[in-house]
Amino acid sequence: MSEAAHKDYTGAKLGMWLFLFTELILFGGLFILYAVYLHRYPAEFAAAGSELNEVFGAANTLLLLSSSLAIALATSAIQRGAKGRTLWLVGATIASALIFMVNKYVEWSAKIGHGLYPDGPAMLERPPGEIAFFSLYYITTGLHGLHVLIGGALLVWVWLRVAADAIHAEDYVALENSGLYWHLVDLVWIFIFPLYYLII
Amino acid sequence: MSSASKHIVSDRIFILVWLALLALTGVTVAVSHIDLGPWNVWLALSIASFKSGLVIAFFMHMKYENRLLKGFFFCALLTLAIFIGFTFFDVHYR
Amino acid sequence: MSSYFDTAPRSARGFLDSGESGGGLLSWIFSTDHKRIGLLYLSAIVCLFLIGVLLGLLIRLELIAPGETLMGAQTYNAVFTLHGVIMIFLFIIPGIPAVFGNLMLPIQIGARDVAFPRLNLLSWWLYMLGGAMAISALFSGGGPPDTGWTFYVPFSLETTTNVSMAALGVFVLGFSSILTGLNFIVTVHRLRAEGMTWTRLPLFVWSLYATAWVQVLATPILGITVVLIILERIFSTGLFDPTRGGDPIMYQHLFWIYSHPAVYIMVLPGMGVVSDIIPVFSRKPIFGYMAIALSSLAIAAFGSLVWGHHMFTSGMSDMAILVFSLLTFIVAIPSAIKVFNWVATLYKGSIHLDPPMLFALSFILLFSIGGLTGLVLGAAATDIHVHDTYFVVAHFHYVMFGGTGFAFFAALHFWLPKVFGRMYDRKIANLSWGILFVGFNILYFSMMVVGLRGMPRRYYDYVPEFTVLNVMATVGSWILAAGLFLMFANLLRGMLRGAPAGDNPWRAATLEWSIPSPPPAENFAADPVVTRGPYDFKGAGLS
Repeated sequence: MSEAAHKDYTGAKLGMWLFLFTELILFGGLFILYAVYLHRYPAEFAAAGSELNEVFGAANTLLLLSSSLAIALATSAIQRGAKGRTLWLVGATIASALIFMVNKYVEWSAKIGHGLYPDGPAMLERPPGEIAFFSLYYITTGLHGLHVLIGGALLVWVWLRVAADAIHAEDYVALENSGLYWHLVDLVWIFIFPLYYLII
Repeated sequence: MSSASKHIVSDRIFILVWLALLALTGVTVAVSHIDLGPWNVWLALSIASFKSGLVIAFFMHMKYENRLLKGFFFCALLTLAIFIGFTFFDVHYR
Repeated sequence: MSSYFDTAPRSARGFLDSGESGGGLLSWIFSTDHKRIGLLYLSAIVCLFLIGVLLGLLIRLELIAPGETLMGAQTYNAVFTLHGVIMIFLFIIPGIPAVFGNLMLPIQIGARDVAFPRLNLLSWWLYMLGGAMAISALFSGGGPPDTGWTFYVPFSLETTTNVSMAALGVFVLGFSSILTGLNFIVTVHRLRAEGMTWTRLPLFVWSLYATAWVQVLATPILGITVVLIILERIFSTGLFDPTRGGDPIMYQHLFWIYSHPAVYIMVLPGMGVVSDIIPVFSRKPIFGYMAIALSSLAIAAFGSLVWGHHMFTSGMSDMAILVFSLLTFIVAIPSAIKVFNWVATLYKGSIHLDPPMLFALSFILLFSIGGLTGLVLGAAATDIHVHDTYFVVAHFHYVMFGGTGFAFFAALHFWLPKVFGRMYDRKIANLSWGILFVGFNILYFSMMVVGLRGMPRRYYDYVPEFTVLNVMATVGSWILAAGLFLMFANLLRGMLRGAPAGDNPWRAATLEWSIPSPPPAENFAADPVVTRGPYDFKGAGLS
């Protein structure tokens, strides 16, 4: 069946949104656990949360918010047919994804270096509530990091397609949908930041 | 086709939204250093919800989408709220 | 018979004929044609179903007498786990949507294909991958999982069997299910033919649409739950371990947040099949079209509010028991609305007892038994008495097998003549239905009684007092198996060598019967324009 006959932008966008709902609810499962364990161990969560590095968290927040802006601007740019500007903005978003992952790497390795990881020696000395906090922290930020990687890879593909003129002012739904995915990554982080780094 | 429904949001709006998001991040960090007891979490969640509202409405174009998509999005949020909320019928009363 | 639209002469074998693209396996497993994908699912799902049946027969054989008859406890545990995993995740959940949804949904709404044909193919590949992983768990790692299909903690974290591989398979299968649901939602919204308004949609499409929403909104919770199981097993994160701040009951919450709505993923499409079949064989428009359509959405919505009724004996709070018990009773209402409307459609109809109708009618009876025994389990007081007994096993087999299974067989008998253009032997089909129906009831009704008397599920042994009823159940399973064998043999023979069925053997009025059998590659020669409802036999000139 010919692809051209099937181009339905509204349908493609609807499909992407439905997929984003599933991502939202996937993370939702972890937020259910967070809510329940916070309810049970408020003091332990506050104590453990204060050990996370607020500066790293805030820096990554700024990074994601700004990259979200960049990819939103890129969508407008491609709609106007500004190819060079689009490439530049998508490139900036990819760079943010990379810096984010480097930050994450530094942050995780510091913790792991101190034996603070699931089943690690420093972890098991802690009271149960703090273990739950750190386990959730690793799983949630790990899953989020995986999404940053997937989003970054998607944007590399988009960048190449824009460069090859396969994505242009008349056909940009691939960029728009990848942008939506990237915003989702940002959205999840908007909740992770206060709930893990700033909890008192 | 896309060109029929193409709605280009101006760069100015995007940048204003971004500035608002940065400001709200600052507020989140600031209030986290004031001890409000259990209200800290609720305040942080409210600000985070407002921030995500901005991202969804503008960056993700939801403001410019049709009612159908808005309705779907509402259903998804409601579902998640039920999943979290109903769990507390158990956890809160145990 | 009546060709409602077009049709220029085309290959008599329709989409089954590969034409110039060349035949062979590759033209199937890389096809994006929704009908070919439907048949790919059909062949895989029927094979897995038969494996599941075989395992079920082994379980019954072990239970024919107290003590070890055929296998020891460990083997028995693995067999019922595999039976559950295959039947739930590989047969019932994908069954009707992936097979008949793919085969018929686009044609029923007047479309040439689903919205995302390549994504549809990906769903099938993921299904095969997930299935392969689940099966390979048998032969790799620490041996076949022995946890039951629910993977309850703490046992699933402590057992040395290969739970991780099975859980990963379930994750992949969930992904496949999500993509199918997503595809169908967009298809129904975007690809309806001109004139195919929401009130002209066949009720099968309505039910698939409601199902698709449950697939999209509930399945991700299953995804994260099995991921957590895997992470717990590998890294001992402790989220379900009380000594590490976790809570094992939270596992049950997460598991049932998906798995209860999944019950409606299983049964809603079956209800859609029955809603499409009953008017055709009563020669009457459906009674209460909107009530049936909207009750599908209501079931989908209420279905996500009641997961806690699986957990009345778990140690959950009394408040939660109260709330979930109450809500469980509410979900019975839309199901009852459907039953009422089906029966009202039959009233004063000109009823033809052809094979699809026999299966559809037995669906109503068996589903009602399953549904009403569900209320016994939904009331906390009675549930505590029969929890984890064979009463529960009988209940969900009445709903899942008597309901969805029989609807699947109804759909096979209803639509296969359209798909292959050939008719099976109707007399043998009726006979096989009779054998199946008798065997089914002997098997599961005995279980229900023995359950009420207190026989717990999931043991390979029992006290001698239960022997008679267990022997009855096992004999019932043999009758059931004979019926299944006859039915599949008859269908297979009809598919390959049956007499030509014609375009509309049942004189039905939905769109798929207006095109040739088998349907041509892109379904419609010209985009159809719909001018009447799906059960308007008079308007279609069929009354």
